[in-house]
Amino acid sequence: MKPRTRRAVAIAAGVAIVGVAVGLVLKAFQSNLVFFFTPTQVAGKQAPLDRNFRIGGLVEEGSVKRQADALRVNFKVTDGAQTIPVTYIGILPDLFKEGKGVVAEGKLGADGLFTASQVLAKHDENYMPPEAAEALKQAGHPMAKEKFAGQGGKP
Amino acid sequence: MNWFYYASPATFYGLAGRLAPYFFLLAAVLTGWGLYLGMLVAPTDAQQGEVYRVIYIHVPAAWMSMFLYFIMACYGALTLIFNTRLSGMMARAIAPTGAMFTFIALWTGAFWGKPTWGAYWVWDARLTSELVLLFLYFGFIALANAFEDPRRGDRAAALLAVIGVVNLPIIYFSVKWWNTLHQGASVSFKGTSMHVTMFTAMLVMSAAAWMYAIAVTLVRVRSIILERERRAQWVREAVKA
Repeated sequence: MKPRTRRAVAIAAGVAIVGVAVGLVLKAFQSNLVFFFTPTQVAGKQAPLDRNFRIGGLVEEGSVKRQADALRVNFKVTDGAQTIPVTYIGILPDLFKEGKGVVAEGKLGADGLFTASQVLAKHDENYMPPEAAEALKQAGHPMAKEKFAGQGGKP
Repeated sequence: MNWFYYASPATFYGLAGRLAPYFFLLAAVLTGWGLYLGMLVAPTDAQQGEVYRVIYIHVPAAWMSMFLYFIMACYGALTLIFNTRLSGMMARAIAPTGAMFTFIALWTGAFWGKPTWGAYWVWDARLTSELVLLFLYFGFIALANAFEDPRRGDRAAALLAVIGVVNLPIIYFSVKWWNTLHQGASVSFKGTSMHVTMFTAMLVMSAAAWMYAIAVTLVRVRSIILERERRAQWVREAVKA
């Protein structure tokens, strides 16, 4: 083998080994790398229920209730299978809407009520003008009814 | 044609000087066209309103940050395998532009994140791995300049660049592998989930970013060549002329 071939092989092997090592590390930290847990995962006790964590899902249609005299807002987060009621005091991001993606950070109470300290809107990967969105909605296209950016059902 | 002809810094110096103006011109024209399409022609987004227009800067910058790192790593591999001089200089010339695009991607993302998500920064996998990329660029620049002998610096930094390639698939697939706040990819090899004018404008801006990156890299590599080869006869003649 020529020296340069040997060096090329050594580099390829080095990158492969580091790649595998990083892959294993990421696999080991899998549970810490997820940004949020879905309601199904929370129901399955996969979330760290004893401390703060984030839940993510869609804001259930018709579930948003604002208190008339305060900033408190109650809504439900759903992934289609499970639903978690959430309460939050504060200002919601512009994209917070019923039927759209949301990520809330907070603590799950013993009564099953999730008290959020922060609410973030999760945007999907679809970009279109309002007329197109309206047309899709009327045609009943699945794109209009968001499926939580394709991440809902994954365990 | 002899492919190795331009691998010599002396001949590449001239070629880079002749090519750079054309790439600058292309970059200017494409930027003008892309901004016109993106800011004036493309429609408003149904959900985000006008704030979505940050994608015409954010997405090209984020793509370039990854592409440029990959190219830099390829030059790094050439340095390590063939021990060529020009590859080390090219990698050094690319690094600052790559770091700049990474910073722009993070910065514009933060200003988009506040109105849409409700937070400037979150520690999700996509954002964190992109931040790691910025530190890889900084590490490359620091390591390349940490040696008295520039060619030792080239080789040390090349090793870092090659190893750091592992981060690229993590950035790209982070939105698929883990639950992230960052949305999934709008553009993939299977197609796009974007309106066609929005998509065209984004592609034109990406092409502009490419042209700009090539142009500044060529200009920068010329200064690096002059500095490195300052004792060579041809440099003395070129500088005198």
